[in-house]
Amino acid sequence: MARGMVIIGAGECGGRAALALRDLGYDGPVTLVGDEPHLPYERPPLSKDAMSSDAPEIKAIASDELLAQRSIRHIHSVQAVAIDREAHKVRLSDGSVLPYDKLLLATGSTPRKLPMPGLGPRCVYLRTFADALAIRAHLSAGNRVAIVGGGFIGLELAAAARKLGASVTVIEAQPRILMRGVPAEIAKIIHDTHVVEGVDIACGEGIASIADDGKEVRVTLAGGKEISADLAVIGIGAVPVTGLAAEAGLAIDNGIAVDAELRSSDPDIFAAGDCCSFPLAVYGGRRVRLEAWRNAQEQGALAAKNMLGAAEAHAAVPWFWSDQYGLSLQIAGLSDEGRITVRRDLGEGAFILFHLAEDGRLVAASGIGPGNAVARDIRLAEMLIGRRARPAPEALGSQAVKLKSLLAA
Amino acid sequence: MSDWIEACAAGEIDEEDVMRFDHGDRTFAIYRSPDDEYFATDGLCTHEKVHLADGLVMDDIIECPKHNGRFNYKTGAARGAPVCVNLRTYPVKVDAGKVLVQIG
Repeated sequence: MARGMVIIGAGECGGRAALALRDLGYDGPVTLVGDEPHLPYERPPLSKDAMSSDAPEIKAIASDELLAQRSIRHIHSVQAVAIDREAHKVRLSDGSVLPYDKLLLATGSTPRKLPMPGLGPRCVYLRTFADALAIRAHLSAGNRVAIVGGGFIGLELAAAARKLGASVTVIEAQPRILMRGVPAEIAKIIHDTHVVEGVDIACGEGIASIADDGKEVRVTLAGGKEISADLAVIGIGAVPVTGLAAEAGLAIDNGIAVDAELRSSDPDIFAAGDCCSFPLAVYGGRRVRLEAWRNAQEQGALAAKNMLGAAEAHAAVPWFWSDQYGLSLQIAGLSDEGRITVRRDLGEGAFILFHLAEDGRLVAASGIGPGNAVARDIRLAEMLIGRRARPAPEALGSQAVKLKSLLAA
Repeated sequence: MSDWIEACAAGEIDEEDVMRFDHGDRTFAIYRSPDDEYFATDGLCTHEKVHLADGLVMDDIIECPKHNGRFNYKTGAARGAPVCVNLRTYPVKVDAGKVLVQIG
């Protein structure tokens, strides 16, 4: 009898993988283990819609009915504590043991902790629905929120907090916000929009100390400036959850190291989503780790295929988005691969920066604009990047040339 | 039987493209396929209520501009995560250069 497929981590990646196993016709046991009490749910709304709603709701990936209908056993509020690779068994925190034929680690990432003394109950992180609820309770008119870290989570949260009338200060140690992965020209537009919306942004200055008395947080910057807040939200990045894998002796390299087929150093154990690093084919196998919703989804589905023996390599181009106020940003590819930048204006303030390698290959595209103004062209750019296309820079820069026509070339 | 409503002129939509059409408090997406046929669906993605007309049409697929949910716009069939609910479709005809939709 089949021992079945076990998935550790019931987030976007794990949830999608479980559904994909059934979509692919697998009829053995499928068990999805998650440490949160909820159904698998979408995390992107946690820093966006969930924050502006009066009563935030979970956006579930699958209902209890769907999981039951597809014979997916969902074990919630439980952690996996050890993998016995020899015996092909996972031990859970409730003492139970799950045998597996193939195991998928979709353990995700966890907020990077601010390595400072002084943090207390008013200093929080955002990862889970429970975190979102706790933060939401403090976002109201008259309240003061300090956000440590000018990355996407912090900035989306800042936008939501402003919408609710809270006063917001964003503290970023780097010289500008969104240093990682976003071109300066686009980061400036986001920065300026936040300032217009009333957010105070302090860049280029580290934090000297934090004091939290349980009612108020006082953040003192290196230059002496003091910021008092009712709540401090720390959004300084995420680290992959690799403890279980490392203890089982799997290779770790900025995440659980997997090959192009998402297989770890144990051929019966796969890893996917935020927790793994993998060779990105589109950049010649450069090893990366992505913390992105779509990647979690795609890799979950691909891992399911390969657990069933498909041996298919990951071929997707990284893509992510962010919404702040009425602005939407979308980036396809990794812009740090680019050496030459070409700008294409789309009207109404929307534009795309195309990033080309020295040899003329399109390697990334970063777009920003109101609503979904850049979506279609970013999607076309993503396809061009995937095809390793070398479009003429003048064509990319000219609104008169349809990007779709370049796909045919 | 409900009336046929004029959505746009046939030439207003490029081949293999989509256009938004609002009528009353409803919003629709009108498509012109690569083989020059016209189709209509509800205007909002069934995943997060995003206007599909900002998305990309490739062959008979419309892709949501936000999260890449895919639908066959000819049948309304959802084509994989994150969308799982089909899109409603509406009859379309072209008459004297006008695209007419029966929105019922």
